[in-house]
Amino acid sequence: MARATAPLLDQGRAHAKKLAPVERLPNFPARAPRRVAAAKRPSPAWQTRAVNLVLPWLLPLALLGLWYLGTERGWLSEQVLPPPAYVYQTLTDLFSTGDLWLNASASLQRVVVGFLIGSGLGVTLGLVMGLSKTVEDYVLPTFNALVQIPVLGWMPFALLLFGIGEPLKYVLIAHAALVPVTLCTLQAFHQVPKRLLEVGQAYGFSQRQIVTDIVLPSAVAPIFTGLRLGFTKAWLSLVVVELLASSEGLGYLIAYGRQLFQLDLVMAAVVVVGTVGLLIDRAFEIIERRLNKGRALTPGRVI
Amino acid sequence: MSSLSVTRAPSQHRYRGWVLPIAGVALWWLAANQGWSDSGLLVSPQKVAVTAWEQVTSGQFWRAISSSLARNLSGFFIGTVLGLILGCLLGFSRIFERVVGPSFNTFKQISLFAWIPLISVWFGLGDVAKVVFLSLAALVPVVVNTCDGLRNVPNAFLEVAKVYGFSRWQTVIGVMLPAALPSIFTGIYLALVYSWLATIGAEYLLVSGDGIGNTLIDGSEHFMMDLVLFGMVIIGLVGWGLNVLARRLERRMQRLYGITPR
Repeated sequence: MARATAPLLDQGRAHAKKLAPVERLPNFPARAPRRVAAAKRPSPAWQTRAVNLVLPWLLPLALLGLWYLGTERGWLSEQVLPPPAYVYQTLTDLFSTGDLWLNASASLQRVVVGFLIGSGLGVTLGLVMGLSKTVEDYVLPTFNALVQIPVLGWMPFALLLFGIGEPLKYVLIAHAALVPVTLCTLQAFHQVPKRLLEVGQAYGFSQRQIVTDIVLPSAVAPIFTGLRLGFTKAWLSLVVVELLASSEGLGYLIAYGRQLFQLDLVMAAVVVVGTVGLLIDRAFEIIERRLNKGRALTPGRVI
Repeated sequence: MSSLSVTRAPSQHRYRGWVLPIAGVALWWLAANQGWSDSGLLVSPQKVAVTAWEQVTSGQFWRAISSSLARNLSGFFIGTVLGLILGCLLGFSRIFERVVGPSFNTFKQISLFAWIPLISVWFGLGDVAKVVFLSLAALVPVVVNTCDGLRNVPNAFLEVAKVYGFSRWQTVIGVMLPAALPSIFTGIYLALVYSWLATIGAEYLLVSGDGIGNTLIDGSEHFMMDLVLFGMVIIGLVGWGLNVLARRLERRMQRLYGITPR
């Protein structure tokens, strides 16, 4: 490249002398040239690692300290903000008496059953709509309209229909999981990598082969994203449902503590709810990341 | 939730979308009027319409909807402003991000409604508690998306800014903020959707005063299915309206700033 352009450049230089003066380049922002500081010597590796390890804990520790101080000095009464030691005590009590296990297992059972029903229906519905444009035309507008009503809006309706037994919880949790799963599945069908479709067409795949060999494999990861979202929603609505109508479960613990003004119980239950939700979400995330590896293709529509 | 809804090119079979709802209503009408079931819960569509008319003309509906919307918007506004501040801090400052980021990520994992008992003890059951809860609901998506947008500014843009010798302030105003705008809008849009959801939740769990959620509870407690159905339709319509409004605004802002839509 360089060798080829060298004579051209020489010619250009010869021409340039005859040409009019070069027009001015656009003005740079008028600033004094910045003085470049000598690069700082990087701190040793162990030091950065230690800082990285410490920094995230600063805020929680500070809050905890403030909390401790606030209750110790009596800035707030114990009813309004129980001391941290008290909350910890309640938490260990919950563990040791088995109450926690009882309530957590009730909650987990509900969420798993509801989620399985909801995501099963959601994947099926999404698949059917994704495979057939006719079905999509018929069903999707109604679906989109119903989606506008949040789970809490359905609650009184479902309460009247199903009473406050277990079916109510399953139905509401399933509904919460169904929506994102269906939409993500449908979207997966709309966003199949275009290049793969072209390859399929070039090889003369039949419609069925395109679906089974190209569309479905590439839809696995987005569907999984939908499942993860669905589980998050299911967990969220589990807490709401249990807060409102139940006699056991983690949400019930919160509601019970609230009624008895035992904020330590409320806080302990909130901690458990948060931890379980976090753990499950992490597990989903790890699987999702593994599935998503090496997927970066331009999407296109199948049908 | 509705932020996920699949958008698609208008098809030539638009009438098909109406088949299912019309068939459903017809079936409902038949079931109610032919007396297929003697349950008091099966109310006829006419009855729902009559209840709706009564609610609207007696002014109860307007009182409920106006107090719900006022709550919703004030919570949304406070939450969005705080979220923008926090998101910018997280996005611009490495140190701040490392100190606050992990705590925030843990905080947002906790189911929003789990905060209700604590909020009710700290702030009571009135409007203050509801607005606090709504602000929390609106805050989270704004923070997440603002921070994401600022962190994901293309490196090429930053390099151009460096070549032109932009000061730090110029880089922020001229390069980073415009580049992050689409993501910030997404956050605000989500905040609007979530805050409506949370409005219903707040009225449900912090029972006091007027509100569309309270209309629903009334209906549920008095076994008035017509009132419940009316409330559900209103909740859906308002949610849809906010959704459309937010999307319009988002598109207009994007055009104003010459950004290609997502």
